[in-house]
Formats: sequence, structure tokens, C-alpha cells
Amino acid sequence: MTAIACGMRDGPPPRLQLRGITRRFGAMTANDAVDLTIRPGEIHALLGENGAGKSTLVKIVYGVLQADEGQILWEGAPVTIADPHAARRLGIGMVFQHFSLFEAMTVIENVALGMDKPGPMPALAARVRAMGAAYGLLLDPDREVHTLSAGERQRIEILRCLLQSPRLLVMDEPTSVLTPQEVERLFATLRKLAAEGCSILYISHKLAEVQALCEAATVLRGGRVVASCDPRRETPSGLAAMMIGAQLKPQPARKVAPAGTPRLVLDRLTLAPEAPHGVTLKDVSLTVRAGEAVGIAGIAGNGQNELMLVLSGERVLARADAVMLDGAPVGRLGAAERRRRGLCCVPEERNGHAAIPDMTLIENAVLTAHRRRDLLRSGLIRFAAARRFAAEVIRRFDVRTEGPGALAGTLSGGNLQKFVVGREVLQAPGVLCVSQPTWGVDAGAAAAIHAALIERAAAGAAVLVISQDLDELMALTDRLCVINVGVLSEPRPTAHVTADQLGLLMGGVHGEPGPAARRAFADAD
Amino acid sequence: MTGDILVALLATVVTSATPLLFAALGELIAERAGVLNLGLEGMMLAGAVAGFITMGETGSDTLAICAAALAGAALALLFGVLTLTLVANQVATGLALTIFGTGLSSLAGVNFTGRTVPALPALRLPLLSGIPVLGPLLFRYDALVYLSVVAAAAIAWFLKRTRAGMILRAVGESDISAHSIGHRVIRIRYLAVLFGGAMAGLGGCYLSLASTPLWVEQMTAGRGWIALALVVFAGWRPWRVLAGAYLFGGVTVLQLYSQGSGFVAVPTQVLAMFPYLATILVLTLISSGSARSRLSAPACLGKPFLAPG
Repeated sequence: MTAIACGMRDGPPPRLQLRGITRRFGAMTANDAVDLTIRPGEIHALLGENGAGKSTLVKIVYGVLQADEGQILWEGAPVTIADPHAARRLGIGMVFQHFSLFEAMTVIENVALGMDKPGPMPALAARVRAMGAAYGLLLDPDREVHTLSAGERQRIEILRCLLQSPRLLVMDEPTSVLTPQEVERLFATLRKLAAEGCSILYISHKLAEVQALCEAATVLRGGRVVASCDPRRETPSGLAAMMIGAQLKPQPARKVAPAGTPRLVLDRLTLAPEAPHGVTLKDVSLTVRAGEAVGIAGIAGNGQNELMLVLSGERVLARADAVMLDGAPVGRLGAAERRRRGLCCVPEERNGHAAIPDMTLIENAVLTAHRRRDLLRSGLIRFAAARRFAAEVIRRFDVRTEGPGALAGTLSGGNLQKFVVGREVLQAPGVLCVSQPTWGVDAGAAAAIHAALIERAAAGAAVLVISQDLDELMALTDRLCVINVGVLSEPRPTAHVTADQLGLLMGGVHGEPGPAARRAFADAD
Repeated sequence: MTGDILVALLATVVTSATPLLFAALGELIAERAGVLNLGLEGMMLAGAVAGFITMGETGSDTLAICAAALAGAALALLFGVLTLTLVANQVATGLALTIFGTGLSSLAGVNFTGRTVPALPALRLPLLSGIPVLGPLLFRYDALVYLSVVAAAAIAWFLKRTRAGMILRAVGESDISAHSIGHRVIRIRYLAVLFGGAMAGLGGCYLSLASTPLWVEQMTAGRGWIALALVVFAGWRPWRVLAGAYLFGGVTVLQLYSQGSGFVAVPTQVLAMFPYLATILVLTLISSGSARSRLSAPACLGKPFLAPG
């Protein structure tokens, strides 16, 4: 309440002030009497773990959701924000975490769709070019979106907001899909905007970014405001403690593993994509040995999904020896047979791919573990054993749920991720492939998942981690390579590469990394 | 002499193409908004019987045409309530709509079977219809024929040039994105489905008022399914729908002529089968994911939308 009093006393009224915002979903209270004040020209961080209520709060600000209780003040005057149109009329712009773009349409059409009065197209295209030049957001208005990189897509969203001269820009985890270089460029744009008087509400759980960019922070936990502070005056561990309400255990130190026998070998794999706008895998070779964790860095959409399908056996190859498992060719075997032989995979999309939302955790456990955990007898499910196994996953991986009988779809993203990772890890696979294992997962859960992967490698398994989180790969893996437009680089010892080198190699969806970047990476050791 | 044959031939092509064109254009709009309505056949039959009854009772062709469009739209509304508001499966609902429309039209038309009404009059466009050869060839059809061609042009313009058309495409491309930037996905889809129903109704009444001015149970004879296939063949583009409808119409007529002349050794049943075979093939293709993308289908086609939160 003191913050509110301050804002009222001196200077112009706050740009946006939330008072006692409460929103319930059934029995769950997503936001509980949240107060938040953003001054003009301020970059304000909204911090919190997954499920802390950040997304609900910004949806209320942008009019996508309505608050059950509480008051919104815009520049000192109470307002109701009935829908996104109303929010835009006030001058609120929003850049979504999962972009709200239309793949098969052009940049200019995408911009126009997000505006209430876009005006004639040629004039709009000229404005897009001019605005892009002014803020370093260069884009070709006539390109179709599916040909653009994640960074370029984000520029569309930002431009779409800027063209409506926003007074408050809401950014929902904007850097999760960007390379380090793109993050720097984004920050420069945001600082310029703030200097011109536009307020920015910046949602993130990346503490280093918040400290580098933001001058005020509101921390949410369990739907309540637990702290308001200046993040530049806090330590990262102090901020993390506010977010999770406890001290994070330090990561176990990663020992360099002795080179074991090759357990997973990809041999000169070239494959055209099945999906629309997919990526062709080009001459991909990789060896993962017993006891080591190998990482594949890369911006989403550079062939990771295609590679994962080939590894899991969802896509069967013509050439059996393109994928070797413990010395045996498995390229022509399906997912179930590969799993039986000890290759377990955790795909990126947990809801609908790794788990079936409308089935219970017990049933979901049976779906992948029935062979390795012996959950079937003469074609019938051994429900008692299956329940025990699901309960074991829940206990060992601290999955927050009402029990093994809960539907997978009722779990939050982070909890479901812990469950699907735990389900595979507890099958004791010889080769474990995981894609984006901690995407959208809070810090505590991420630490648990990392520990499980390290433990698996220490037990002699070959672990392959595909991720776009460089910090995660640096902490977790022994060797690292980069995938870019379907080409996999030569792996290098993780200890010898820097985030900058990786960032350059990751490039963009359509840009081949320059020879300089390749040289820098090759010279790394 | 040859001119007369050409005129007669083209007239039959136009007659068989126009119902397809109406129905396919309507379906194109619905599908570009992301809704797959397989109930075209049912909506066409509803339009055919409603138009015929109104014509028989009132004698007004304008009223008859309006009634046909309304009847098609009414069935489409039912489809919309089921699939958009109650989020039922679109494929199953569409199939049910066809069965329902077939039964309903038979019931409604039971006292009208075998009766005839005056066919829609040809609209002799002043000046143009007087041009030798071209005049009789192009400018002596009834109003619905011209309307169907104008509709194709208007829809092409609407989708490409107007903001409403762009929003419609966006809704079919990514409903979640459209929702999050504040477009009313369900409302737009309702409008698209209703338009599709009205167009199917017009296509149906062309059969019962113009091609053969009488009412026969199930007189659409699978044209709804052909129109569905046509939308896919045309890659969801209005001008190609126009071309495709006339191509299908031409094939049908050729098949009839070859039957009459008897110089083709292939049994006529086989020839008559072709449009339907092609239709089955295409309908199989749209239900398989990877083929859809190659055919550049709207990304959200047939997927239900539930507003989050």
C-alpha cells in the first residue's frame, strides 16, 4: 500500500495501477488481491514461477480476462477493460509469449490484423518500414510469416504495438525464443521506448535479464504479491528466494564423464520433413556415449522436432543403420520396439504428445512404461502395479497433483513435465532423449528434472538434451552442438564454448551462420 | 447450325455447373473461416424444396429464391449451434446434417412430387444479348447464373482486398491467435457458416427452379459432395472454384452426350461414376493431415475452438 501512497503524492499519476485484483477459476484463486503500480516510462518486471498468476494478471490488463474483484486505474482514472479493443484504445499493447501470428499470411497482414484502424495497406507498409528503421526492427512487409525466424516474428508483434503509439507495452516472456544477440537488440529497443515515456511491463522468470533491464519489480507467488523491490539492488538468489519462497539448492557439480562405449549413433541422416513448413535434416551425424550428456542447442524450428521424431521412432527410416542403438540398427523399428530395447524419449509438447490430457496419470504411465515396467499380463493392464508405478513417479519427482487417478490435463505444465520426465527416467533407459525438458517449468521443478537427467547419465546411460535454453545446456551437458536449418554442427566439449559463440551459430531460421561464427566455434577447444 | 449446337451444349454445361458453383463458393467461405461443413448436400436439398414450394404457392421467383437461401441458412444455423456453440465434432455433425436435410426435404416436398412450376425466365440483357453468336452463347441465361459468376468475383475481391476478408482468413488460419488479438472467432465463423448455408440453398433451388423445374426426392444426387471436392481441387480459391465448377459441368455433359451418341466403348455407368470417384478421392485427402498441408488448406480447418479462460 505504501507504493500506492507514493504514486499519489508527487509527480504525474501512475500509468497503470491495479488495486486488489482478484480472479478465481473454480476453486482456484489465480490472483488474490494483487496490487501493482507502473509509473510512466518505467520498465517494470513481473516475476514469478509458473502458476504464480502472471499470465492471468496480464490477461486482465489486456482485457482478455475480467477480474472478479478489484479496480484498474489508468493514469489516475478508474477504467474497465472489457476486451483487447478497449485495452488498445487506452494505449495498452501486448506482445504474447506464444506469438499470435498467422503463418500463411504476410507480415503486413499480420500487423493490420492486430490493429483497430490500420488504414490502407500501402500506407501501412510505409509506416512499418519507417517505424522498423527507427527502432531497429527491420522487416520485409510482404514476406510470409512461416519463412521468418522467432526473432523476426517477435518484431512483427512489437511493431504491431508500436504503430498504435502505446503508453504501456506488456511483454510476456519475450526472450524465451531469442538468441543472446537478439536479446541485446530487443533490450536496446525497449530502453529507447522507455526513454520516450512508454511504460513497459516485462514478465519473466529469467533473473539476470530482469536485473539488467528493469528498474522495479513485483514478485508474485501463489497468486499474491509477496514483494515489490528494485531488482538492481537484489541478488539473483534473493530474487529466486522471493519467487519460490525457499532457497534453491545449488546444482550438483557436473563431472566430466570418461568416454564410454557409443550407445546412440546417428549416421549421415538426411530426411525431408513431413509437416508443413518443416525442416529438412541434412547429413546429421552424432554419437552419444555411455555416461555422457550431449546437448543440442538451437532456436525452435530448426529441425529439432524432425530429429526427435526420427529418434523416438515415430518416423521410421528407410535405412536401418542410420540410427544405431547399442550397436544394433534400429532405423526401421517403431517407437514401442525401440523403447523395449532401451531408448526412451520425452517430446517437447507435453500435452497431447507426451501425455494424453483426458487420461489419468496411471493410464498415461501404462502407455509408455507397460513393457519396461511389466504393467501388462496377457494383454490386460495390471492396475495395481500401474498405480504403484504412477505413485512412484509422483513421489520421486514431487509432482503436485491430487493423486495417480488425476487426469493429466488437470496438471499445470510444469507438474506434467515432471511427470513425463519421471515416467521415462524411472524406466531406466539406456538412452534417454529429451526435448526442451524445462520449457515453461519453474526453477524448483527445473532443478529436479536436471538432477534426474544427470543421475541417469551417471548410471551409465547416454543422455541427449535438445534445448534452446543455453544456461540449461551449459549446466547439464558434457558436449554441445548446434542445430541450424537442419544442419548439426560438430559437437564440442561444453567447458570450452561460450554462450556468445553458440548464439552466433544458432543464427536464424533462414540465415546460415556466417563462416566467422563457424570458425569461432571450431576453434573453441 | 454448329452455332446452335454450341449454344445448346454450353447451356447444358452452365445448367450443371451453376448449382455446383453456388454450393462450392459458400463452402469455400466457411472453410476459409476454419469450419468444415460436410452437410452441403442436406442444405442444397433444403434449398431446393423450399424454393420449389414457395414458387408453387406464390408464383414469385424472387420469393422462391429468398426462401431457398433462408432454408439453407436455417440448416447451417443448426450446424453452427451444434459445432460452434456446443463444440460438437464437425465431420459427424456435417454427415448428420446431410441425412437430416435429405429426410426433411422429402417430408416437406411429399405433396409436391411430380408437380411442375414455370422455370426461371432467361434474363435477356439488353444490347449484349443481341450480339450474333456471342449473344445467345453468353447473355441469355436466368438471373441466378449471372449471380453465381458475380458471387465468385465478389468473394475473390472480398477475401483479398477487404479487411473483413482478411480477418476471416486469419480466423481460419489460427483461431487462438485471432482470439488473443481480439477478433470474435465464433461470431465470424457463424457468419461464414450461415453464408455457406444460404449459398448451398441457392445452389439447390437452381436445380428445382431452373435446370429441371420440378421436385424429386434427393434430386441433388450427390452434387453437394462434388461441390465439397471442388473446393479442395480449387485450393480454396474462388476463381479456381469457378473454373472447376464449369469443368465438372462440362464432364457431366460430355458423359451425357457420349451416352447419346454411343461412340464411346466405355459403359456409361463407368463414365457417370467419375465425378463421384474424384470426390471420394479428394474427401479422403482432406481428412489426412499431411495431404492437407500440401493442398494449402486453412490451418484450422475442422478444428473446434473453445475460447480459453
